[in-house]
Amino acid sequence: MQRVYPKFCIFVCYLFGLNTINGTITGFHLLALGGLRFNTMREEMGKEQDKLISKVTSGEYKYGFYTDIDLDIIPKGLNEDVIKQISAKKQEPDWMLEFRLKAYKAWLGKKMPEWAHLNIPEINYQDIVYYAAPKQKATMKSLDEVDPLLLDTFNKLGIPLEEQKRLTGVAVDAVMDSVSVKTTFKETLAELGIIFCSFSEAVREHPDLVKKYMGTVVPYTDNYFAALNSAVFSDGSFCYIPKGVRCPMELSTYFRINAAHTGQFERTLIVAEDDSYVSYLEGCTAPMRDEHQLHAAIVEIIVEKNAEVKYSTVQNWYPGDKEGKGGVFNFVTKRGICRGENSKISWAQVETGSAITWKYPSCILRGDNSTGEFYSVAVTNNHQQADTGTKMIHIGKNTRSIIVSKGISAGKSQNSYRGLVKMLKNASNARNFSQCDSLLLGDECGAHTFPYIEVDNQTSIVEHEATTSKIGEDQIFYCNQRGISNEDAVRLIVNGYAKEVLNKLPMEFAVEAQKLLEISLEGSVG
Amino acid sequence: MLQIVNLKVEIEGKEILKGISLNVKKGEIHAIMGPNGSGKSTLASVLAGKDFGDITEGKITYMGKNLLEMAAEDRSKEGIFLGFQYPTEIPGVSMVNFMKTALNEHRKYRGLEPLSSSDFLKLMREKKDLVKIESGLTNRSVNEGFSGGEKKRNEIFQMAILEPKLAILDETDSGLDIDALRIVANGVNQLKTPENATIVITHYQRLLDYIIPDVVHVLYDGKIVKTGGKELAVELEKKGYDWIKKDVDIVSYG
Repeated sequence: MQRVYPKFCIFVCYLFGLNTINGTITGFHLLALGGLRFNTMREEMGKEQDKLISKVTSGEYKYGFYTDIDLDIIPKGLNEDVIKQISAKKQEPDWMLEFRLKAYKAWLGKKMPEWAHLNIPEINYQDIVYYAAPKQKATMKSLDEVDPLLLDTFNKLGIPLEEQKRLTGVAVDAVMDSVSVKTTFKETLAELGIIFCSFSEAVREHPDLVKKYMGTVVPYTDNYFAALNSAVFSDGSFCYIPKGVRCPMELSTYFRINAAHTGQFERTLIVAEDDSYVSYLEGCTAPMRDEHQLHAAIVEIIVEKNAEVKYSTVQNWYPGDKEGKGGVFNFVTKRGICRGENSKISWAQVETGSAITWKYPSCILRGDNSTGEFYSVAVTNNHQQADTGTKMIHIGKNTRSIIVSKGISAGKSQNSYRGLVKMLKNASNARNFSQCDSLLLGDECGAHTFPYIEVDNQTSIVEHEATTSKIGEDQIFYCNQRGISNEDAVRLIVNGYAKEVLNKLPMEFAVEAQKLLEISLEGSVG
Repeated sequence: MLQIVNLKVEIEGKEILKGISLNVKKGEIHAIMGPNGSGKSTLASVLAGKDFGDITEGKITYMGKNLLEMAAEDRSKEGIFLGFQYPTEIPGVSMVNFMKTALNEHRKYRGLEPLSSSDFLKLMREKKDLVKIESGLTNRSVNEGFSGGEKKRNEIFQMAILEPKLAILDETDSGLDIDALRIVANGVNQLKTPENATIVITHYQRLLDYIIPDVVHVLYDGKIVKTGGKELAVELEKKGYDWIKKDVDIVSYG
């Protein structure tokens, strides 16, 4: 690959070594590099590329349809009364309503974060519908009772809810707007003691578990969008893997925004007890609309001793049209904690949708020898903006983390990696390796990297590598000369670039993600 | 097979090719020799369809078709192969995937079914033996981290897979040691049939010890200034390019 701007920086903060050089024995606690922008780069490609890379995306968003279904809706606006109505609709216990109201108060006292490299238009929170649910019976005994229109919607999205039609080995919780439509394989999983259900159902059926864990990783005071979510969240998934159980199938949640003017605020809570394992996947789509729609979610993961959770995301919210009209604002707080020793959290994400993405799936590595991983491919095209990355907080001894971020920018888009690696005082022998690569297609897009590193321990090692490259005319011509068209050449090169991350996804979804990458970049090279 | 008539090419206002005419028949090997900057690589790129410079005059007919109207990928599928002087690296794309994509594009063009993975791997093994390439190379990303010699052998290997009608080898010998040179030359000779043709572009005569040309052209300052048999290459090696330059310059300014 042609390295136009081979920014190759490796930081090995070998503090023990530094200590010796300084000749001090104590008093050298902190090497704070936080806030320092290591390499902000905006790449400009040569004019000769213009001819080759000029046509901007002609790829159509495949999931832009709308299902005309009767809705149970709470009118636009946000106040305590609306929150009480949401809680009432969900027949929630008092403690949940209290939690919501506390969060609402916290939100009122907060300001929208402005530190991201994003240009976010003002959001009128009174102009959003906070609850919209397809009308259906409150409890359904079988799939026959689900509105055929809903089944049809999910069929069209490639998510059949009939269990026999599902990919074997995948259980799905299908969420449309504010409610969960159906959770498949619930009974099969229950035999193993696994709880997999909608969040609303968990609040009703497993209140003790929800009470015990909800808000422990992402408190409602955490940030602006987390507070908003905690106040108005409607549905989501709950997943509990008991001690010693390896979940035999992939669990997945499919989020669908359908209703107009509606925000989606879901919560996902995953608890993996000692020695357990689960692989979890979420997918998301929305209809094409001229208006922006807000999606502010929370994902919390708790992992106990020797347990492992893999969380994969294929995010394909409507990105807006070529002129940047419409599209989903995706403001999400995702965080997991490795509470027990030898525990592991692995995030893998393929982000191709949304007009604006603000999202940093993070790991708190509290247990000794615990591991956090973050693998990301973020694609932006046209007027999309993404500010995404991760936080790895090393607390326990011998904790390990790896970050592999691959940004791909095309059109007039802006794509930023933002990450924090923090080594706390007691994190002896902790290690991090970060690799942040950017690939540019075109001369009007931007790629930026904001890696923050804070080290408060003398034995930890932090490495950071970054490269920026563009698809070269030479690479494309080389492919052409072997009989491969421009489009196919870009496809090959992009897939090659993203392979390291795609390989981390569960197999069924790796194929899907690969196709998604192709659609997202279709026509970006003429 | 290939007729070039009075081809003139300008790059950024500067005339690089100043009226080239060339006639290549099937079964022939042509060598194009010349000093640096004489326009050899420009000629190769124009034939392969690289989008650069302006063709101000002349025409190129290939198998009865107007070559200049064809897209680069179609020229490839019509049987033109360019062995690059500096093969490009494509990280993350395996040679297997790359060549399978390329070959199946060729097959689709000819109305054939794509080759299955197992059939393709079998074909790869055969071709690897033919051009004596180590099996390790094909498992790596396209040209990534290849040594100069490996890159050139990889070009010949790709040529073996695609079986072109007209192969243009642009300075395939540059940067090769004598063993690699022999392997590359051997590959070219193995692939030679009475039905295809080869244009070997080279700076030195030594490659022509292994690949025996039918016709040798000397390109200088954008023009073919001398054409002869293989003995021309030997004479050129002995007397150096200055001999040609002197001749031409006398003609130009005399």
